[in-house]
Amino acid sequence: MSKILVIAEHLDGKLNNSTARAVSAAAAVKADAIDVIVLSDAPDAVAAEAAKIDGVSKVLTVARAENAHPLAAVYAPQIAKAAAGYSHVFAPSTTFGKDLAPRVAALLGVSQVSDVMTVEGPHSFKRPIYAGNAIVTVEVDAASVVVATIRTASWPAAGSSGSAPVEALAIDASLPSHTRFVGLQQGKSDRPDLQSASKVVSGGRGVGSKENFEIIYKFADKIGAAVGASRAAVDAGYVPNELQVGQTGKIIAPELYMAIGISGAIQHLTGIKDAGTIVAINKDAEAPIFEIADIGLVGDLFKLLPELETALG
Amino acid sequence: MKILVGYKRVVDYNVRIQVKPDGTGVVTDGVKLSANPFDDIALEEALRLREKGIAEEVVVVSIGPADLTAHLRNGLAMGANRAIHVQTADTVSPLTAARVLLKLAEKEQPGLVIVGKQAIDDDANQTGQMLAALWDRPQATFAGKLEVADGKATVTREVDAGLETIEVDLPAVVTTDLRLNEPRFIKLPDIMKAKSKPIDVIELGSLGVDAADHIKTTHYAAPAKRSKGVMVKDAAELVAALKQKGLL
Repeated sequence: MSKILVIAEHLDGKLNNSTARAVSAAAAVKADAIDVIVLSDAPDAVAAEAAKIDGVSKVLTVARAENAHPLAAVYAPQIAKAAAGYSHVFAPSTTFGKDLAPRVAALLGVSQVSDVMTVEGPHSFKRPIYAGNAIVTVEVDAASVVVATIRTASWPAAGSSGSAPVEALAIDASLPSHTRFVGLQQGKSDRPDLQSASKVVSGGRGVGSKENFEIIYKFADKIGAAVGASRAAVDAGYVPNELQVGQTGKIIAPELYMAIGISGAIQHLTGIKDAGTIVAINKDAEAPIFEIADIGLVGDLFKLLPELETALG
Repeated sequence: MKILVGYKRVVDYNVRIQVKPDGTGVVTDGVKLSANPFDDIALEEALRLREKGIAEEVVVVSIGPADLTAHLRNGLAMGANRAIHVQTADTVSPLTAARVLLKLAEKEQPGLVIVGKQAIDDDANQTGQMLAALWDRPQATFAGKLEVADGKATVTREVDAGLETIEVDLPAVVTTDLRLNEPRFIKLPDIMKAKSKPIDVIELGSLGVDAADHIKTTHYAAPAKRSKGVMVKDAAELVAALKQKGLL
């Protein structure tokens, strides 16, 4: 009998959609129960959102002033206690989950299954290694609790028509004071969020400069897309880090991905493998990006992007 | 202050990984091996802290087979004071690696343990966090900036939402992200000097850690390939193709 605890990710009182993706993976285990746990100083709004996720049995809230910020050292002892009686603990494989879940696993005395792509059975999973260049099947001892992070790009968000009950949970755990939150500097943007957007327009070194990147932003705004970039463009200082798409940046799976002036290094391709349709625009017809693009267009991006905008009307 | 650096040897990042046809692993025979790039960043950061006078000693640690010596010599040539080689013929899980590092941390009493956020072979991204949990000390993962003063570290972390800054009491575990620094190149005279630096060899079995692995890898496969699509002539054709797919 499987009983799964899913750790909710949230920020500024809003549930991150990675949580509903982790619930999808939990549903694939065919669990008898899927409970979502929300740690926060004020969990009510987030819990209400989590309660709507399809397939959720109940939402557990742990309200403590120390839970105001997602510090792994503070959250992990509480999750480890809450995990008693569960066969699985799932967290999204975002920086939040990657930080927290291994600390929980170690407290429970188990290794973790990182980046679950598919569920083969309650104790059998597929995950990528070598930056996605190989996929392994792993089997966890049936007697061990399964702690896993869920590769968000591999799972659709579960629907939001549910109405699970919400229960407050009191956890008796002494929390450390050795780790303190100082601040979070968010990339402020009115554009869709890169991680969850259905359309993404990314620019690469071919864009040439920070000033030139305006043409990427302009086109993305025209089609309502999030903006991304290759590591080369980030390293050249055209755009900030958080826009980086690739193995060492964000791994995304939008319905439409447009790679503009991106040659297609392996590390970038790893980040977009699960995209629905990949469009590549590059002046070099030999660029590796064309090997994986669904639609390719060879030409000068500075000429083609304005033409595309015109064609869109 | 002493700094312990996790320094794993992996298949070089430039190698094109091939899965063995029988699904039992990836081809590693005759393949170039080098330091995990994130661990190189960890070592570089430790060396910079020593150069600033914040740390006195930098110790690199590797877990693996007898032939790791050359790899550890590279770490010493880059500038570490000494190396610890925890010897085992087996592949160790992140939990076992964390348990080994805990034993060494208890013995060496470092102010900081710096490790890469993940190794580019198994991409597990677990060891640093697990060590911090077992050691009951703070963790600062995905560090893009590290400042150490007055028994504390202020760390800027590269998180999905942007840049998060936390303050942790030492000793602490820090895991490195790409932008923390750019590792130095090893110079020839340093390779000569490294030959006289000490490498302690410890048998993993002698540490008394539980090395049982409850997760088994049963099959390796190549990823599903995306096939090459169609080429369009101009902007108008591209827009038409995307509209037809209902994407615009």
